[in-house]
Amino acid sequence: MTGRDPNGSENEVTLILHNDREAIKRAEIAFTEDVGSYAYPEAATFALRLAFEESVINAFRHGHAALPDEPVQVSWRAGPDEVRLTVEDNGPGFDPEAIPDPTLEENIEKPSGRGLMLIRAYMSRVEFNEKGNRVTLTYERPSASEAG
Amino acid sequence: MASGESRLRVQKENDVTQVEFVDRNILDEANIQQIGDEISALIDAEADPKILINFSNVDHLSSAALGTLITLNTKVKGKGGELRLTNIDPQIYEVFVITKLNRLFQIYDTAEQALGAF
Repeated sequence: MTGRDPNGSENEVTLILHNDREAIKRAEIAFTEDVGSYAYPEAATFALRLAFEESVINAFRHGHAALPDEPVQVSWRAGPDEVRLTVEDNGPGFDPEAIPDPTLEENIEKPSGRGLMLIRAYMSRVEFNEKGNRVTLTYERPSASEAG
Repeated sequence: MASGESRLRVQKENDVTQVEFVDRNILDEANIQQIGDEISALIDAEADPKILINFSNVDHLSSAALGTLITLNTKVKGKGGELRLTNIDPQIYEVFVITKLNRLFQIYDTAEQALGAF
């Protein structure tokens, strides 16, 4: 299930994931191992793992709130310069701009609504399709100067 | 998978209940639910709960875990008690900073500092 073939080129990995914790965990490990094969810094691996977790859980919890038995499609392509992860559910979609800012005083004690904010904070780009049921996350390797 | 086994190591010293996590990754919603239920029961058992949660074992946590911590903090405050967090890995502390939850929670570098401030 690796995304890197023996001659070193990048392959896209696509998985159909059911809402089964062990299956999600295995996919997350495969994803982080694939990212790890390109020697990203530890902070990047932390960020990508968090983004994977939050985007997949959002797809099941929100996208498939009324579709508990439906799987979601997860695909990624890891490479030396960037990692791209796409998560697509079969739900009705949502308007990402309509999510309240969880850092505002009136929302800070609400227990939900932080997943998308964390994804946006850690990823280089976060793009939704028009329907709002597919998100593509891109993490670009920091340049040497950015990495300090 | 969630099981009958505790997800916590709990130690009571003087009147402070100290809690550590068994899991290094607090991501699994079933585990988070169990952790929330277990700490909630510890809060219920105290008239004036003083709870210290030690994150020294924790490598990853999700927004669902943050949500549970917020719910527990609200519950402790509702009983006039205090919830403090300590030994948070710098990468995880950044998650608190991004979400501005470092302003909501009382976070200490070490357990000794947190205990001294109760």
